[in-house]
Amino acid sequence: MILTLLKDGIDRRAGIFLGAIAGAALVVAILNLGLPASSPLHVPNHVVALLGKYLCYAVLALSLDLVWGYCGILSLGHAAFFALGGYAMGMYLMRQIGTRGVYAHPYLPDFMVFLNWKELPWFWYGFSSFPFAMAMVVLVPGLLAFGFGWLAFRSRVTGVYLSIITQALTYALLLAFFRNDMGLGGNNGLTDFKDILGYPVQAQGTRVALFVASAALLALSFVVARVLVGSTFGKILVAIRDAESRTRFLGYRVERYKLAVFTLSACMAGLAGALYVPQVGIINPSEFAPLNSLEVVVWVALGGRGTLTGAVVGALTVNYARTVITTGFLAPYWLFVLGFVFVLVTILLPKGIVGTLAQYRQAREARRSSKPNGGALPHPAE
Amino acid sequence: MPFIRRLLHGFLVLLAFAVLVTPVRADLTASLARFADDSFTETAKAIEEIAVSGVPTAALILEALGDRRLMLDPATKAVSVRDATGKHLDPSTGRAVPTPPSDLAVVRVTNRLRSQIEAALGTLTLAAADPIKRIQAADAIFKSRDGKTLAALSAAIEKEKDPAARRAFERARAAVVLADDSALVADRRTAIKLLADRGDQDSLALLRGTLLGAKDADFAKAIGIAIDEVEKRQRFRETAQNLWYGLSLGSVLLLAAIGLAITFGVMGVINMAHGELVMIGAYTTFVVQDVLRAVAPGWFDWSLAIAVPLAFLTSGLVGLAIERGVIRFLYGRPLETLLATWGVSLILQQTVRTAFGPTNREVSSPSFMSGAFDVAGVSIAYGRLSIIIFTLVVFALLLLLLKATPLGLQMRAVTQNRRMASAMGIRSSRIDAMTFALGSGIAGIAGVALSQIDNVSPNLGQAYIIDSFMVVVFGGVGNLWGTLVSAFFLGIANKFLEPFAGAVLAKIAILVLLILFIQKRPRGLFALKGRAVEA
Repeated sequence: MILTLLKDGIDRRAGIFLGAIAGAALVVAILNLGLPASSPLHVPNHVVALLGKYLCYAVLALSLDLVWGYCGILSLGHAAFFALGGYAMGMYLMRQIGTRGVYAHPYLPDFMVFLNWKELPWFWYGFSSFPFAMAMVVLVPGLLAFGFGWLAFRSRVTGVYLSIITQALTYALLLAFFRNDMGLGGNNGLTDFKDILGYPVQAQGTRVALFVASAALLALSFVVARVLVGSTFGKILVAIRDAESRTRFLGYRVERYKLAVFTLSACMAGLAGALYVPQVGIINPSEFAPLNSLEVVVWVALGGRGTLTGAVVGALTVNYARTVITTGFLAPYWLFVLGFVFVLVTILLPKGIVGTLAQYRQAREARRSSKPNGGALPHPAE
Repeated sequence: MPFIRRLLHGFLVLLAFAVLVTPVRADLTASLARFADDSFTETAKAIEEIAVSGVPTAALILEALGDRRLMLDPATKAVSVRDATGKHLDPSTGRAVPTPPSDLAVVRVTNRLRSQIEAALGTLTLAAADPIKRIQAADAIFKSRDGKTLAALSAAIEKEKDPAARRAFERARAAVVLADDSALVADRRTAIKLLADRGDQDSLALLRGTLLGAKDADFAKAIGIAIDEVEKRQRFRETAQNLWYGLSLGSVLLLAAIGLAITFGVMGVINMAHGELVMIGAYTTFVVQDVLRAVAPGWFDWSLAIAVPLAFLTSGLVGLAIERGVIRFLYGRPLETLLATWGVSLILQQTVRTAFGPTNREVSSPSFMSGAFDVAGVSIAYGRLSIIIFTLVVFALLLLLLKATPLGLQMRAVTQNRRMASAMGIRSSRIDAMTFALGSGIAGIAGVALSQIDNVSPNLGQAYIIDSFMVVVFGGVGNLWGTLVSAFFLGIANKFLEPFAGAVLAKIAILVLLILFIQKRPRGLFALKGRAVEA
């Protein structure tokens, strides 16, 4: 049954996309590990980490596209789920430091020693185990999304109102994580990681492994999302997006569908955050900043919402542009660029890059097919 | 400013002596000689003697002693008083003397001596002509609780005509009596009542201290009741203070949200750049002050009055540009509007950062906004009061504009039924632009007020945007009165949560409560009913 689902979900274009991800991951891994540093084709370690970071962002964008592009839920707090997953991973990594911290305490992380704490807070228990931490990476964002969504969707908070309260949610989390009493490192966050699963985080091999894992997560998320939106469930999501009341009157429990996709999307974001943290080496409360969540929205909007590939394209494009711009003399103007992207995309390119290209292609195909047949074929459902 | 007051006080005493033609020549020589010994016990005796000597320069000497201005010439053992200007005066006559050699020693005092001096001065000034000064004297005795002042106090009470001063005297006497274990129990009971009436922190401390030393159970019970009463009154005062802070915070929230109530509430446009319009208003104030400082420093107190219309215009024009340039294309697509205006907000922020630098800019307050006054123990700052009044005035004007002018009528018509309004000849797209400019202009005005209490930096707007939306959503979209109520409610709730939870947790709690509230009432406290709801 899964196979049929996969066969239905993955069409030729999705296959090309997946192949591109796998190919790129393979090429980067080989160019980094297989070539000496002197070779012009060698990919330096920091670039591998950077690309891994992009891929995590791409997963985050994908998760937002799932709720926004297909179900019309514009979440302005999706980076919060990402950050929560990141914190869960960060806690695991903190526990792996062991006695190698600055204060060399047998079990307390440095910042707790610094704050003069004597005991590990209860919510840190279990994080020394990798499976437990991974479970938390999915469960914490998932449960938050479930609780929040259950309240919001059941009382039919929709549209802008929902967007604003998701923003308030991430803002509240931002304020909370800034507090030292929270027991998660205050405004410094969690950093100075040493090992992951026994391998040093900074080592070349670990970095490549994390990069490949990010690519695999992106591929997996893409397949899950593709299968999902291709299924009946996905069709209902689109129906909810386009005419929520009508869908409800047709007898579908709208809030259940919304809740399911919102929770799934949050779990996906959490996983992306978990892979992001070891690659950048730090997680701090600024990840909760409302601007971060809005940036994710811009990635999706630029790439084209409701296309999945568009989310990935948008995330990679904007982040690449950011890296280029913020490292050059243009650095002070990055916010100008971002701001104009926001404005121009919404006004001139409402379907995004991928959506516009698809529209263009369809128009061309329609023109071509209309000549021999003399009549328009019905468009395939999007 | 006790120091300045004391200085002034000393100066006045001095002036009195300069006027006196024939100062009474009581003999101070013996007392003054005690200072020369440089022993604290001798100094204490000297203070006591001078206080009761009745000489007109007594206050002058004691003041000087307390302020380390009583100088001793180690060679001649002569004592002199140095006044604030550095002149030296003869302690017996109060007249200026030639400046003695420079190697004068200060007559040293301890904290204990200082409180003795305070008390002695208290009794000396109990007879001052100015009732305010008499009250100050009584307060000094209240704090020192020096038993030796009792007789002077009782005498002063007999003579006192001014009710406030009399009350102060009685309370001071009560403090002295209560502190004195050997006083009559009946007197001490009366004292407890008087102290409970006074009901401030000092009385509470005194009552608690006495309770510790109280042996008689009945007496202790009386004190306990008095303490309860004082504490109750203090709690009330605390509540009033919190309420005041809450109102103040609420007025700030209202000011920030009121423009949004127009653009978001009335027009239904999500303007994420609203905070930046507020920021532009604040920067306008900064520029106005900067220009005034250079051009017409005399007009500085008018800077805010000048800034208000300018900020309205600047932010209003920027808002007009946003509406014409961006929002016009996105009507009916709220999510896209949200994103585009967020982009605009980033652009505005960066523009201001490039033009004025990323650091905080100094905006000063005009003189009439500094200082504070007391109402029933609650300290009310003029600055905050001005902002509250200003907010209410802006709110009233806005309401008037919407309800009583042709423009307001057209605005309401367009927002209620655009097509019908167009059919009636209203140019709806022009009204859209005007409405948005109005909301933006009000944001600018808010910026003028916020520049007085917050840091003027490019991030100013960011700090208010989420709060402003919360206020509007909580109050009910499209309802100005709802915005008013919700702003004050949120402000007060925040201030009442703060003592229990701290500022950050209070804010989080409010946000979480709001999120929960929106689930319960998605359309706010005062939801519009009827067909307008789904429009």
